[in-house]
Amino acid sequence: MSEQISLFDGETAARLPEPFLRWFAERGWSPRAHQIELLARAQRGASVLLIAPTGAGKTLAGFLPSLTGLAARAPRKPGQAFRGVHTLYISPLKALAVDIERNLGKPVAEMGLPIAIETRTGDTPTHKRQRQKHVPPDILLTTPEQLALLIASADAERFFAGLRYVVFDELHSLVVSKRGHLLSLGLARLRRLAPDLQTIGLSATVADPDALRRWLVPQHPPGRMADRIAVEGGAKPEITILASDERVPWAGHSARYAVPELYQAIRRHNTTLLFVNTRSQAEILFQELWRVNEDGLPIALHHGSLDVGQRRKVEKAMADNALRAIVATSTLDLGIDWGDVDLVVHVGAPKGASRLAQRIGRSNHRMDEPSRAILVPANRFEVMECRAALEANYIGAQDTPPLLDGTLDVLAQHVLGAACAAPFSADALFDEIRTAAPYAALDRATFDKVVDFVATGGYALKSYERYARIRRTKDGLWRISHPRVAQQYRLNVGTIIEAPMLNVRYVRAGRGTASRGGPVLGKVEEYFLETLSPGDTFMFSGKVLRFEGIRENEAYVSNAAGSDAMVPSYAGGKFPLSSYLADQVRGIIADPARWQALPAQVADWLRLQRDKSVLPKRRDLLVETFPRGDRHYMIVYPFEGRLAHQTLSMLLTRRLERARAQPLGFVASEYALAIWGLRDMGGMIGSGRLSLAELFDEDMLGDDLEAWLAESWLLKRTFRACAVIAGLIEKRYPGQEKSGRQVTVSADLIYDVLRAHEPDHILLSATRADAAAGLLDIHRLGEMLSRIRGRIVHKHLERISPLAVPVMLEIGREPVTGEANDVLLSEAAGDLIEDAMGPT
Amino acid sequence: MNLAARPQDATSLADLNGEAAMLDHRGALFLPDHRLLVVSDLHLEKGSALARRGALMPPYDSAATLALLRELIEVYRPEIVISLGDSFHDGWGAARMPEPFRARLMALMDGREWFWVAGNHDPEPPAGLPGSTVREIAVGRLVFRHEPSRADAAGEVAGHLHPGARIVRRGRSVRRRCFATDGRRLVMPAFGAFTGMLNLRERVLWGLFEPARLHAYMLGRDRVYPIAGALLRPG
Repeated sequence: MSEQISLFDGETAARLPEPFLRWFAERGWSPRAHQIELLARAQRGASVLLIAPTGAGKTLAGFLPSLTGLAARAPRKPGQAFRGVHTLYISPLKALAVDIERNLGKPVAEMGLPIAIETRTGDTPTHKRQRQKHVPPDILLTTPEQLALLIASADAERFFAGLRYVVFDELHSLVVSKRGHLLSLGLARLRRLAPDLQTIGLSATVADPDALRRWLVPQHPPGRMADRIAVEGGAKPEITILASDERVPWAGHSARYAVPELYQAIRRHNTTLLFVNTRSQAEILFQELWRVNEDGLPIALHHGSLDVGQRRKVEKAMADNALRAIVATSTLDLGIDWGDVDLVVHVGAPKGASRLAQRIGRSNHRMDEPSRAILVPANRFEVMECRAALEANYIGAQDTPPLLDGTLDVLAQHVLGAACAAPFSADALFDEIRTAAPYAALDRATFDKVVDFVATGGYALKSYERYARIRRTKDGLWRISHPRVAQQYRLNVGTIIEAPMLNVRYVRAGRGTASRGGPVLGKVEEYFLETLSPGDTFMFSGKVLRFEGIRENEAYVSNAAGSDAMVPSYAGGKFPLSSYLADQVRGIIADPARWQALPAQVADWLRLQRDKSVLPKRRDLLVETFPRGDRHYMIVYPFEGRLAHQTLSMLLTRRLERARAQPLGFVASEYALAIWGLRDMGGMIGSGRLSLAELFDEDMLGDDLEAWLAESWLLKRTFRACAVIAGLIEKRYPGQEKSGRQVTVSADLIYDVLRAHEPDHILLSATRADAAAGLLDIHRLGEMLSRIRGRIVHKHLERISPLAVPVMLEIGREPVTGEANDVLLSEAAGDLIEDAMGPT
Repeated sequence: MNLAARPQDATSLADLNGEAAMLDHRGALFLPDHRLLVVSDLHLEKGSALARRGALMPPYDSAATLALLRELIEVYRPEIVISLGDSFHDGWGAARMPEPFRARLMALMDGREWFWVAGNHDPEPPAGLPGSTVREIAVGRLVFRHEPSRADAAGEVAGHLHPGARIVRRGRSVRRRCFATDGRRLVMPAFGAFTGMLNLRERVLWGLFEPARLHAYMLGRDRVYPIAGALLRPG
């Protein structure tokens, strides 16, 4: 025994209570330096951000201060006063909380510590939640939404009075969304309930760790930061780009060409995790792998739309090492331990260097051994993107997105929640909110507008005083006007707004919606199903399915094995290409010396482009024009991601229309955009009738943007999300739609009326801010336009250039949604006329 | 996306049981021979009705609906206006309407004959407003009532059902309010700014028409689009 104790240095022995030392010693383990350092800092009263790669024992490190603190605490005697939660653990995923309960429960039991650990998620039964309120566990594992509910309840003060630690897992992923904004406000509230609490953030490597350090502590005074402990990654991962003998396609996202080689790689490894960017890619890859799966290897599919039961089965098989390969989207992204993965394959564009690094971190949870990963580009541009990501990974470059200021819709939700918990004073709540990092810069006038919004809708026309949800009473405190308000709040809490989804139910073929239902396979977005006619086929849940029809909130489908499927056209990758990778790709194209690292066919393609047209310099913008068929094309290569390109295309099209270039349409890809029209745009530029400098002038982000936005479906969709989060309209639940439609007002109608009558309303400001940062990527577009000022290179060509081929292939494949609906109506009405003229 | 095609005409002329009828893309019917303008399901004060129950909708739906109605009145200069039922979202709507909006409505009514057809939301005459409240009214070869009758359809113009139609083209779905007619009966689209719609393929609507002759006149940005029943999709 004494020999084993010598595993520990003096500091370790001094920090760790006896049961911990014995537990480590019995296993021949010793705590890692960062685990002890975190403990030491926490014991000195600091909040800490721990940045460490997967497999570094982050979780244990995060809980050591709690566990040692709790071990030293006297056990609660019967009859002793109520004791609240000691440690709160927040994770982005329910599954992760459940996972931690298991992983933490084991050592705690083995050490014989009297510590109660419990989860509380949306799945926790009511009786258990009730019991938890009366007898809270020492450590509560939960999600941001559950925290919001807990602090909005009347007994929050008692429940959290003894709170010592809040542990945030996967902090880097929590903080980048509105979820993170709500969570930061929840944390501010917890700090008021328990002023001594300390925070511990666990994070993967990020570009700006100081932003996370600020997030963890009250911004009072502004700029305060938590301590930081960084663990260098163990062995560098071994990443390769698939060197295929096949031809890498010009365009597309399926990577079908690589399937035979991927299958061989799966055969050579124990367990392979194959990541893709979208569910439709997952479905295709899964199908293609089974097509060549001659050995009948157990290969599974996992994505967020599949039925929960099905997903749990796959996860369990994975944990039991019963699978050889699993095709997954980002639902498996986060730090859940999935057994012994010895190869990670990333199919398609990595989109960001940090994202790629985090995904590769999945493989091989022993941090001292290198992870193995293969990147599989689906097209030629992606080859360069993969190359750039690989190099970034080698030098450790990070391109995680910057944290955004807190949004006002989330603030409105929180203000209502605060009133549900207890009457509040506006002054005190304002001060509390400003301690949350995302809201540190909030001004009082805006805050007051938000309170006004929560109370009566915040309209200039003050006609709703008598319907106020919260009211200020004589004592100066705001309180809810009716218990019903709190009930409504609880039903609508959270910031995750999903597109309306329908269940996909399996039935016998050919009987339409008259069939009896079989099992539910999962959920698909309503907007996708709306485009299908009975008889159309699509891929889902690893099967080719025939659409039979919609009955209530379910889509009926039958087996269509053997047919060619029309694939679910889930909107491309959700994540745009990062600015960092975009810049690297431009760098590769501009520098022939770097082409040696590319496959020969890709290098040849770039050489051909240099000969036939021109290669843009790294900071330049290339614009090509050429005729094709009876149309004239303009191809622009900004490399700023599809979202920014779509916005740019819309704006350019408006301007070209004004310049009488008669544009007809456009298509945008991650790398380029193509606009076509009836007039020779190249000739117009050559003769000076069209000025590229004016066409790309930054002022397009002023009036043109405003005019276009007003009508844009993108803005309406964003408005709906803001209105739901802010509590103006209620969340839709499955099955409720039909009955609800008569009573509720659609978000589109509200948007139209509000925009016409009160364009400065706070929800519209929130919507515009959101759209600028998200769907439209206006910020990035602005940076690009300023970068390329005076650096636009125009090349007029006789025919299509090699670089233009990929985006030209997207034409017809990528419908631009939303706009020009009247044109479709006009066509349909035209059909009618043809119909009427033809023989009957 | 195709920016080239531009629709021309603003209204669609239809023969309705022998009467000339103009279907306006804003959702109104005009009978030139009678100088009669018909709108249905205004649902005025729906916003405040929802606000009473805790959903604080923008209080401007009446303003928006009345602004559109004024536009139509200025274009067609009708002598008679029929509001085909559910003019107010509930029985207290007229009393609840803010004074400036009430004044606007009175200005529109001034100098013309005005009929409030009783609807299921507003069976009683609107409080404090002029005009005649009727269960139904006949003009020429047409009869106007709020709910379509199950009996003889010839010449019936009704509202109540908020018809909407959906087509799918080139992988995209377009859903709009519409007039629905088979040449004998016409069901009007809902006119109110906050009114939803019910798909024409739903049984309660579909059953009202002779399927082979049914057309949806879908409301476009600046004209109505006649779409054959066979092209319409449920949902």
